[in-house]
Amino acid sequence: MRRFVQYAVVAVVVISSLYASAAQPPTSGDVMPALKLVVPAEREHRAYLGLPSGDFFEVGQVKTDVVILEIMSMYCPFCQKEAPNLNDLYRLIEGTPKLKGRIKLIGIGAGNSPYELKVFREKYQVPFPLTPDRDFQTHLSLGEVRTPYFIGVRIEKGAARVFYSKLGGFEDAGAFLEEILRLSGLK
Amino acid sequence: MKIYKAFLVSLVVVLSGAVSAYGLSEAFKGNIYQTGKLKPTDSILRVKVGEISPDFTLSAISGERVTLSQYRGKKHVVISFVPAAWTPVCSDQWPGYAILQDLFDQHDAVLLGITVDNIPTLFAWTNQMGKLWFPVLSDFWPHGKVADTFGVLRSDGTAERAIIIIDKSGTIRYIDVNDINKRPFLESIVEELEKLKG
Repeated sequence: MRRFVQYAVVAVVVISSLYASAAQPPTSGDVMPALKLVVPAEREHRAYLGLPSGDFFEVGQVKTDVVILEIMSMYCPFCQKEAPNLNDLYRLIEGTPKLKGRIKLIGIGAGNSPYELKVFREKYQVPFPLTPDRDFQTHLSLGEVRTPYFIGVRIEKGAARVFYSKLGGFEDAGAFLEEILRLSGLK
Repeated sequence: MKIYKAFLVSLVVVLSGAVSAYGLSEAFKGNIYQTGKLKPTDSILRVKVGEISPDFTLSAISGERVTLSQYRGKKHVVISFVPAAWTPVCSDQWPGYAILQDLFDQHDAVLLGITVDNIPTLFAWTNQMGKLWFPVLSDFWPHGKVADTFGVLRSDGTAERAIIIIDKSGTIRYIDVNDINKRPFLESIVEELEKLKG
């Protein structure tokens, strides 16, 4: 029986760690979880993010003040519907000299292969980087959120802190950008 | 003691399997039934690559009747069997196909989506996916007859998550009975369609 108790304790610890790893979505004020994101294959997207050479990167390595992450999927109807709004947001940022370079967008394709993201990119002419999360590991680290889900991250001195975390899309890129500027402290 | 150990190990394995391998769109809100992790496959194929496909006729949610052989000599056919409406992985599969009409057209192919659900259920479920360009067919009655003809009807009456590609001559060229808990990657379908070109 004593042996059984030992096994039971081990089992509880293992199960608890598994469920702890099935994390909750990050909330405002949290340190951004360490995510091992795939470096984009496209040269222009690596340049956009200002990444060093390598296969993977973390959000805090992106050369910018603010990163907006969209947890999305080629297989998500609302992400398809949201795609033009994201493109508008990108153009709005890149077309504003005071903001260009200070806010970067990244789409994380939950359960999507690089090929599936390529199809999505071509379909919607997505101008910003999409990174594959083929085995849902990043999705799991972010609390298995429904999609699309947006996380705003402020980067200061290499530290990444969440200031925005919300399920669902936005209808107006300008209004969303205003909210991001206000909450991030860029404005 | 070995029994205790085996029990606890099994418990850990089962519970770790509860970690999902699908994403869910906000389009479905909280309306998806959680099936938990299922036996990866649960049927025995009755068809083989290289054989002429069995023919069938099924009703679509549009009201039309679709017969496989109507595409003979005209289009390659990709059949996507999915297990059941309103379940996690299935709800994370066909919405992706909704944006692929151009890709299928480029390969001179059509897509037929089949489940064993009835028409009203399929109508309500697929309405959450946006506009689907491909026929969604019901293999509800006689229950799962077409799935069973292909050997992809599971013991609980649902279908496997399977992709079957049939060329213009009616010959089966590809069969993938995927792990029911995972969505097949799109490139596996496209690679097979590429082989049918020319």
